[in-house]
Amino acid sequence: MSDSSDKPNLSDRVAMPARTRVAVGGAREVTEAMFSSVDRAKKIRGTIIAGVLLLGLSVALIAVTAMVVWAFIAGWSRLSINLFTNVPSVVNPDNAGYRTAILGTLYIIGGVIVLIVPLGVGAAIYLEQFANPANRFNRFIDLNIQNLAGVPSIVFGILGLAFIVRGPLDLGFVAAAGSLTLALLVLPTVILASREALRAVPSSIRDGSLALGATVWQAVSRQVLPAALPGILTGVILAVSRAIGEAAPLLLVGAVTFVTFNPSFFEGGYSTLPTMIYSYASRPQESLQTLAAAGVVVMLVLLIMINSVAIYLRNRFERTW
Amino acid sequence: MSTQTVELGASRSGEPPRSLEAPSLRIGERIIKALLWSAATLSVLVTTGIVVSLLIPSIAFFQQVPLWEFLTGTVWAPAFANPSYGVLPIVVGTLTVVFFATLVAVPVGLSSAIYLSEYASPRVRRIVKPILEVLEGLPTVAIGLFAFAVLTPLIRQLTPFLPWTGPFSIGVAGITVGLLIIPLVSSVSDDAMRSVPADLRQGAYAMGATKYEVALKVIVPAAISGIIAAFVLGISRAIGETMVVLLVAGAGSPVLSFDPTKGTQTMTAYIGSTATGDIAQGTITYDSIFAVGVLLFLMTLAMNILAIRLVKKYREVYD
Repeated sequence: MSDSSDKPNLSDRVAMPARTRVAVGGAREVTEAMFSSVDRAKKIRGTIIAGVLLLGLSVALIAVTAMVVWAFIAGWSRLSINLFTNVPSVVNPDNAGYRTAILGTLYIIGGVIVLIVPLGVGAAIYLEQFANPANRFNRFIDLNIQNLAGVPSIVFGILGLAFIVRGPLDLGFVAAAGSLTLALLVLPTVILASREALRAVPSSIRDGSLALGATVWQAVSRQVLPAALPGILTGVILAVSRAIGEAAPLLLVGAVTFVTFNPSFFEGGYSTLPTMIYSYASRPQESLQTLAAAGVVVMLVLLIMINSVAIYLRNRFERTW
Repeated sequence: MSTQTVELGASRSGEPPRSLEAPSLRIGERIIKALLWSAATLSVLVTTGIVVSLLIPSIAFFQQVPLWEFLTGTVWAPAFANPSYGVLPIVVGTLTVVFFATLVAVPVGLSSAIYLSEYASPRVRRIVKPILEVLEGLPTVAIGLFAFAVLTPLIRQLTPFLPWTGPFSIGVAGITVGLLIIPLVSSVSDDAMRSVPADLRQGAYAMGATKYEVALKVIVPAAISGIIAAFVLGISRAIGETMVVLLVAGAGSPVLSFDPTKGTQTMTAYIGSTATGDIAQGTITYDSIFAVGVLLFLMTLAMNILAIRLVKKYREVYD
């Protein structure tokens, strides 16, 4: 509609009398005007709308950049090895670190991975490969998982407090309780991502395997699952990175104490990186605010490392069928 | 779900077997299937666990505080010598957060979604989508800290005419939560718009529509149920957000007020800050956490079910 000047011009290529040239030019203009009903006002409005949309998008991008840059600037003066080796403290903020909190987070993440991989992938395999979708109970499970994915994280904290810390499991305020709570929290994420990955494997692969006499489990475990593995791994990594940053449910299951000894999984107090950052940040001292920002940097670096693994896996193994 | 799973189901219920599956499962196969079934059923147990763990202490709570007083009371002071359990102040706190979050996330999220789905080249998408995913994955405690240190002073300087007092503000908390849910709103609306069939888009272009006319008058209306689902999911997430509110709006005593410049508590902030302190099991303060939890759970449940319905609707129409 717009770039008529680039197009080869008939009257330039063919030798013709001047009068014909004028006529051809006029005819072209009239025809173009008829086809491009876009008037100036519309064009301007289109540009403005595109600009507004782009502005909206840039708000999100600026927010991310500003946040990451701020964390590095605000925490810069405290970024040293002390952060990893020193124990938390509020009385001596200049020497306080995150050692026990980092260990606590690693313990909890270890527990989360051990729990969510079999449970999440198992549930996804059942729902995608074994379950009859017309069955009412299976539909209920499906709806239930989708809803659980949207339940506020602090409600999982309530569940953890009532069922895991106290109540039936009665573990007390220990790292295992935090781990189990977070595992339940991110389980729906893993199930939904794994189902997506399993669904992307074409059914011809499964059918081919069954036609050669494999049982359903043989077909699933040897053909479908390996093909879906990159997608499943990405889902697990996303869930783990969510668990690393999650603080709210841990407030309820005991991860707010200033622990000065290395935590143990089943006994004694524990702390985690995000809840420790919150504890520092919620105190007024300037130096503790700096320490909190430095903690954010540590957490971001950890998350970037884990997510680059996810991106690498996705690019390395992803295939389109 | 794939069609062949439907056939398997049909063969199991007695119709002539058309699937490739063996007519009956081997024993090992049965055990594996049972194990996988229990993994899937665990999620139902989790929901049941949530409901039971919320209800039992809540029943104890409502035996002491009448439900009506809880829902309509305007003073929330559980820790006072003369305690009062009117939930309205913290509900209003939550609604204020939702209001400001929607104010930010709906226009920004929707316009980024329209841009990404209708305007952006595949290359721009490849760069921008991961950045939005980063924003989605940023720990909320980090975002809260950033908002308290940077956003609050900035907004204060930009609006000197507002009656700012103290370091905390529920309005800024809402704006921050809005930033936080942009990726969610944007990615769900983007999905909805991209699942609008190409015929509609091509048809509109063939009729001489311009790009923005196609985007705003064809694609957005066609994807509207998915877009509303995105908003609903965003609101649900805003209701449940805890850390940002705790850090930016403070955990001070809540007052029934719509003033966005003051710090106050939301439902989640109350649960978070009360449970952090060491409170004895069986006291009414302990039980009040669960009563507020019930209200929170019901609100987000309603939102989630609505969103799931809406998403299903656009999938059914266009798949």
